[in-house]
Amino acid sequence: MYENPDGVMIGLEVHVQLNKLKTKVFCGCTTDYHNDPPNSHVCPVCLGLPGALPVINKRAVEAAIKVGLALNCKVEEHTQFYRKNYYYPDLPKGFQITQYDFPISSGGYITIEGEDGEHRVGITRAHMEEDPGRLVHEGTIDKSKYTLIDYNRSGMALLEVVSDPDMRSPKEARRYLDKLRNILEYLDVFDGNLEGALRVDANISIMGGQRAEIKNISSHKGAERALLYEIVRQKNVLRRGGVVVLETRHFDEAREITMSMRSKEEAHDYRYFPEPDLVPLKISGWAPAIKATLPDLPDAWRLLFVEQYGITDEQAKALTSDIRLAKFYQMVVQNRDIKFAQLAADWMSNVLKGELNYRSQTFKVFSEQEAPKCWACGEKMVPSDRYLFDWNGILINDLDTFKKLKEYLMNNYGAFWVNNAPIEKDDAGRTIKISVENYSISLILDDTKNKVIVKFYKGGTYSLSLKKVNDRLNICEDIFYCNNCGASRDKNTTFIIKVEKPSVPEAEISLIDMLKALDFFENNKISEDDVLKIMRTILQKQIPKEFDVEKVDKIVKEEGLKKVEGNIVEAAALEAINENPQAVADYKAGKEKALNSLVGAVMKKTKGGADARTAREVLLGKLG
Amino acid sequence: MIAKKDLEHMGWLARLELSEEDKEKYTPRLNSVLDYFGELDEVDTEDVEPTYHILPMNNVFRDDEVNVPAKPLTQEEALSNAPKKQDGFFKAPRMM
Repeated sequence: MYENPDGVMIGLEVHVQLNKLKTKVFCGCTTDYHNDPPNSHVCPVCLGLPGALPVINKRAVEAAIKVGLALNCKVEEHTQFYRKNYYYPDLPKGFQITQYDFPISSGGYITIEGEDGEHRVGITRAHMEEDPGRLVHEGTIDKSKYTLIDYNRSGMALLEVVSDPDMRSPKEARRYLDKLRNILEYLDVFDGNLEGALRVDANISIMGGQRAEIKNISSHKGAERALLYEIVRQKNVLRRGGVVVLETRHFDEAREITMSMRSKEEAHDYRYFPEPDLVPLKISGWAPAIKATLPDLPDAWRLLFVEQYGITDEQAKALTSDIRLAKFYQMVVQNRDIKFAQLAADWMSNVLKGELNYRSQTFKVFSEQEAPKCWACGEKMVPSDRYLFDWNGILINDLDTFKKLKEYLMNNYGAFWVNNAPIEKDDAGRTIKISVENYSISLILDDTKNKVIVKFYKGGTYSLSLKKVNDRLNICEDIFYCNNCGASRDKNTTFIIKVEKPSVPEAEISLIDMLKALDFFENNKISEDDVLKIMRTILQKQIPKEFDVEKVDKIVKEEGLKKVEGNIVEAAALEAINENPQAVADYKAGKEKALNSLVGAVMKKTKGGADARTAREVLLGKLG
Repeated sequence: MIAKKDLEHMGWLARLELSEEDKEKYTPRLNSVLDYFGELDEVDTEDVEPTYHILPMNNVFRDDEVNVPAKPLTQEEALSNAPKKQDGFFKAPRMM
């Protein structure tokens, strides 16, 4: 049982942008505004011009129901919108369209890892509203004279998820935020990497005082720090015999302090009334169908990973803590055996994740809808395709076509075993099967849909596109292409490591990087330290931004990482023993530590290429 | 009963500057409006469903399609009524 000595009670109001929608909540303006000039995606509705009529986005309602169900809430029979009146430049029409006593869903919970094991945090309600505009202050908020306003954000669909005051420490608050964000990303309604995607207001009180509401928290770390500061502040007020008053405080992220803003009574005179421009919703009937198609949430993925790959619960927890990492892991292991899956789980849950956390880096994945910036010139890339081979070539057993097909499978999916595997044809040449021992890949031609399905024995599938040109059946791979400079990159296999510091360029780790590093290790070609070095090099050096299948080979070569063969270690050990008689004598006299200097000598002679453990064993063997 | 203090508060909420003269004039007028609503209060609504909206309609939606029904304004159009602007932003006095 957690004692909670200060009687800390924390409740969070989390504003989540439903930013996977194409348009805003009440108008057709795009949600893809993040890289565009201010006030370039606005219309009479989201600018709040007189006479404009809001109409609700159906998919926003569906997304809100999805979230409600995933948070174990009840989807309400009757739900409607209200006007919340307040006068502030982020909303030019003088009110925010939001929900009040009839929220779309309420009464759920999230399970987090609490101070004393599993802990349930109640969800009071999750209601829909519109996002206000973005305010830019010149200088700090308490000193600037003017406010600049960008209404591109205005009208984005928001979900305000209000928790019960069930968290008992800043750490629990952070875990709640992590879990909530993770669930939302698994639901595919939210991308937490976009700026302003998730904002937090925190209510916190300690025993003997009233609560303070802290605004302007924009990150999970920020929430934890603001709450830690606030507990200390409130305790100090009480210790000095003061009274902790009900008030709104502003979190200054840079200074890590909270400041009093305005009196709460005044601010809360919102005069809610039903929004006359929007008719009520009766959508609880949608819930069963939406529930039936709800994707698996992190906890379900975790169990699946444990069951399917025999990895530990800890590993599965780490891997599923971010859907991008979970998907990456799945791609890495899906056409490999259990042994490899466990090796990969160890490296990815432990080392890769640790290295990312250490650098405050997060994953960003290219999904099909996203158009990445060109690595060469910075322009936006467009979806396109790249010719791989002609299906007819397979039918006539053309060796060059076989080679192209195999190269594609090796370079994109790390299926190196196909190199020496036979190619079989079936179903009048409409299915190609490549298999050896336990591995197999099938390619199935579906010319009604102009597609080729690539099926892995583990169950993973990808699709290639089929283009009929005269008599040819050209099989193409979907890529991103830069119209400006002609550069291209793969669509599915690249993961971007996003760096939080904007001045540092993004690093990239691809499926092939991960597979190659682990394969080298599994085949005993490089040591454990070398895998670490490769990962660090990829994350740190921001290796060439091109899609480069040789990346890992280059690092291995340039850093001289190839494991030194046994006999060279033997020779180096002999030399070390001969050249350091004192250390040998010390060791034989019982000074265990003297062995370390000998190991060091071996490492030096092999230029760090020997595995320290092996060197030690070899030395011990020779010293008898 | 609306007192002068309530009127001042409402004026502040709506960011209206009210002169002493205005306050003297509006307080009784608002009270007579309120009295009129008091008459409505006398009607027995015990078994009547609350009216949430005057139209007997539910579930009016639009599809999630960009620039439907209308294209966005250009930045220039969006800012054309702004009393003050800077670098494509609207510019307003700082409010706390």
